[in-house]
This record gives sequence, C-alpha cells and structure tokens, in this order.
Amino acid sequence: MTGEFTRIERAERRRNRVRGALTYVLLTFWALVVLFPFYWMILTSLKSYGAYNSEYTPRFFTLSPTLQNYADAFTAAPLGRYLVNTLIFTVITTAAMLIVITLAAYAFARFEFRGKNIVFTLFLSLMMIPNELVVITNFVTITNLDLRNTFLGLILPSITSVFYIYLLKENFAQVPDSLYYAAKVDGTSDLKYLFKVMIPICRPTLITVTILKIIECWNSYVWPRLITDDKAYFLVSNGIQEIRENGFGRENVPAMMAAVVVISVPLILLFLIFRKKVMAGVARGGTKG
Amino acid sequence: MKQHNVKAWLYLLPAILFLGAFMVYPLIDVFVYSFEEGFNSASQRFFGVGLYNYSYVLHDPYFLQAVKNTFILVAVTVPVSTGLALLISVGLSSIKKLRELYQTVYFLPYVTNTLAVGLVFMILFKKTPYTDGLANLVLGLFGVSPIDFIEGPYAARMFVLCFYTVWAVLPFKILILTSALAGVKKEYYQAARVDGTPRARIFWRITLPMISPILFYLVITGFIGAFKAYGDAVALFGVDLNAAGMNTIVGYVYDMLYGEGGGYPSYASAAAIILFAIVLTVTCVNLLVSRKHVHY
Repeated sequence: MTGEFTRIERAERRRNRVRGALTYVLLTFWALVVLFPFYWMILTSLKSYGAYNSEYTPRFFTLSPTLQNYADAFTAAPLGRYLVNTLIFTVITTAAMLIVITLAAYAFARFEFRGKNIVFTLFLSLMMIPNELVVITNFVTITNLDLRNTFLGLILPSITSVFYIYLLKENFAQVPDSLYYAAKVDGTSDLKYLFKVMIPICRPTLITVTILKIIECWNSYVWPRLITDDKAYFLVSNGIQEIRENGFGRENVPAMMAAVVVISVPLILLFLIFRKKVMAGVARGGTKG
Repeated sequence: MKQHNVKAWLYLLPAILFLGAFMVYPLIDVFVYSFEEGFNSASQRFFGVGLYNYSYVLHDPYFLQAVKNTFILVAVTVPVSTGLALLISVGLSSIKKLRELYQTVYFLPYVTNTLAVGLVFMILFKKTPYTDGLANLVLGLFGVSPIDFIEGPYAARMFVLCFYTVWAVLPFKILILTSALAGVKKEYYQAARVDGTPRARIFWRITLPMISPILFYLVITGFIGAFKAYGDAVALFGVDLNAAGMNTIVGYVYDMLYGEGGGYPSYASAAAIILFAIVLTVTCVNLLVSRKHVHY
C-alpha cells in the first residue's frame, strides 16, 4: 500500500519536473526570439562595411568590432539632428500636455459648475474617436495655417488626451474634500491648492502619464511624416525611414543598424531605469497591441 | 458646494480649445469631405455632393488589396498573439526563478521604435544578391530553398508582416494577462487540488473563466489595433506600400492624403470612414459574443 503511494508520488514529482523543464524551454525560446533582433542589430552595427558585405552566410559574432558605423551614421545622415528634433518635440509636447490635462482634470474633480456632467460625458465619448478619422482635417488645417515643417505644427494636435484627463480626474477625485476646505479656511487660492496639494499627492499618476506620453512621442511616425518633408524637421521615425529609402548613398546596412541602435537606446534606458513604473503605467493606460 | 462657473470654464478652456480644433471639428469635417465630390485641394472647390467618393474607393484595386491585406493580418495575428500570450503568461505564472528577468525581456518590444526595429526584421528576412539572409539560413537547415520574404511571394511577405506584428504586440498582452492570472484567488486552485482535479481541467474550468473578461478585453483591443496596422508594414516594405502590394487600410488613407499619389482628402476621408465602420461592426460583434461567453 505505502509502496504504491510512494510510486504514485514519485511519478507525480517526475511529471512536475518535466512540466517545469518544458515551461522553461518554452519561455527561454520566446525570450530568445524577442532578444535576437536586438542582438543582431548591435552585432551588425559593429561589423565593418567590408566584412558585412563579404559574408554570404551571416556570422553570429565578429572578431574585429568597429565603431566606424556609428561615426558614419552621424556624419553621412543628419542623425544628430533627428535626435535633437525628437527630444524637443517630446519635451514640449509632454510638458504642454501635462499643463492642459492637469487644469482640465482639476476643473472636473474640484469645481461644481453648470453643464459639468454634459461636458464630461462629451469628453469621454471623444475617447472612442480613432486618430485616423481626424488626421485628415488636421493635415489640411495645419497646411492652411502654413505650419508645415514647424515644431508648432508637429506639436499642436497631440497636446490633449482625453484618456489622460480621465485618468488624472479619477485620481484627483480621490483626494479628500476636507483638505480643500482646510486650505480654503487658510485662504489658499485654488491654483495654489492645485500645485501644493493635488499635484504632490497625485504624482504617481502624473509620472505614469508622462512616461506613456514620452513613449508615444518618441515613436510617433504618421503625423510627422504628413507634416514634414524638410529633413531639418524629421523625427527619428521619419529619419530612419529616410535612411532606409535613400541610405547613405549606398546600401550601408551596418551604418543603418548603428542608427537603429542609437534610436532604440534612449527608450530602452528609460524602461530599464523606471521598469516597475513603466510596466504599471502601461498596464493601466497602455494601448499599443 | 459653491458654484465656480467662470473659474471652472477657464481651467477647462485650453483642453476645450485643443479638442475642439483638433478632434471635434475634424470629426465633423471628415464626413463633409467624404461627401464632397471632385474636391480640389488647390482651389478648395468641389462639384457636388454624393456618394461618389465611397464608390471610387470601393472600386479602387489598391483599396481592395489593402482591405485584403488588413483582413488577413487581423485574422492571423489576433488569435495567434492572444494564444501565444496566454501560453507564455501561464508559463510565467507557474515559475518562480528568473520570473522578473523573463518579464523584463518580454516587455522590451513595447519600448522600441516600430520603424527602427522593423528595419532589423527586414534585414533578417531579406534576400539580396550578396546574402540569403538569416531567416533563409535557418530555413536551409530544414532543406528549404531560399525565399525572398520582402520582395518575393505574397504568402512570404504576409508571413513576415504577421510575424513582426505578433512580435510587437505580445508585450502588452503578456503584461495584462500575467497580472490577470496573478489576480485569480488561490482558494479556487486549492479547492480544486483537494478534489484531485486534473491540471487541464483546472485550466479550462477555473483559470480561463476567471480571466475571461480580461481575455476578451485583449481580443477587442487586439482587433482594433490590428485593423489600424500601418507602421509595421512601412518598416518592412518601405513607404510605397501600394507598389509593394502590402498596403493596409490606414496606409491607403494616408497615401490618398499625401505623398506620391496623394492630394485627395475626399477619397482619404471616405476610406477612413469605411475603416471606422468596419472596426465599429467588428467591435460590436465582439461585445455580443463576449456577453454570451464571458463570466463577470
């Protein structure tokens, strides 16, 4: 009887071990699929132009790494310009958006006014409008305002986000009313209350929104493509596409990969530094996928 | 509470101005555009009002190609990515060692630039006179002769597009599903184990029903996202997607608006509205189906 019991138990344990091993095999396989493109772009970016083109069968390592491709990427194409543009675009858009959504969320969370419910419902219903529908007229508007190839034209349409207003308003509403009345008794103005009390308390949500917006800005492609055709105003996505279409005068894959690495590094660093915040933020308000 | 009419509207003013100018007005305008026939961007005039733009778009072979591509992409990537994400998330939830490391790695594609990394995929799959490319090297191990995935047969091109799309959308799905799985109460599993329920049965009868609302949320957002595919295709096949035969509906809208064959906001508007109608229909069908199968 006990013999049979241990036998069953041993079989069960063996089955568990096999299942565990299989799980790790599956997980490791997909991790490799995810990582491989990153490995390949770094590897290729370190191969010299001559070495890369002489490899009919691609090699999985290189014995003579070179940084020449990175120098080429910055000199043969205005990669530095693209990076600076993207930085300017990201910083201004994110900052402007934070101001606009904070004020709006504060109004919805804190004030009572006529028409509040109707306006809030209208705001929420705007969340369902896909960008593809409004981009056409925005393109015409910006063109008519003569704002093509300007930062203003790039930035203006992406300053507000109804979803982030909603996210922030929900958070603001959780701040107890008693704090507000206490501040009022002390003679604090509404704006001061917002900056001294509301914003510090709701900082986690504001950070989440900031991170999501930075990712969105850094990767935006469609709007910049429509609104800029002067390379001096290209963002990284358009820059890399330009490099792909017109290259470095010749098909220089290693230099192209160096540019890809340079473009990918900032966001990956941001992610690795703020890993928990980014993942929590995307889980709360991410959309891609 | 005291009313703050003027002050509240002042706080709301920036948001209302921006939303009005760049969302509400364009939303109305896109319908107007779509009914204006023979609109000329240069003179800002049109001949008449009607459904011609829709009819033009629906008869345009490029549009039909884009619709076909988009539907194949949706039909392949939504089930594959959701299934794969579920498999990986269940695996992740069952391990303890290295779990954070795997989670971090799986999330990486989310924070990469679609256009930039797409270029790497293109290099991996492209066959040139100088090299067959890495994908073909791997296929060669199984005795498959080299295929050009970027400019070769339609199925091969579609495969790369689907593969890259799945690669790019998985991080979000894995993230959401792992947190959903972590939220299932331990008591259910313990009760099932006491009863000696087999693992597969536990999965189908407990895990799946418990996470079904999240799963359906992912299916719905997955459909919407896949219908809007565009950047991935540009990264792999270049800006001129019509010539490559790999355009998507969104790509068609933008190509009509701007670029080589552009300058037709009316056709672009009609195509965008058709896309919106498709997405709306599919989402409604999804919601109807979910009401029958999801346990809230």
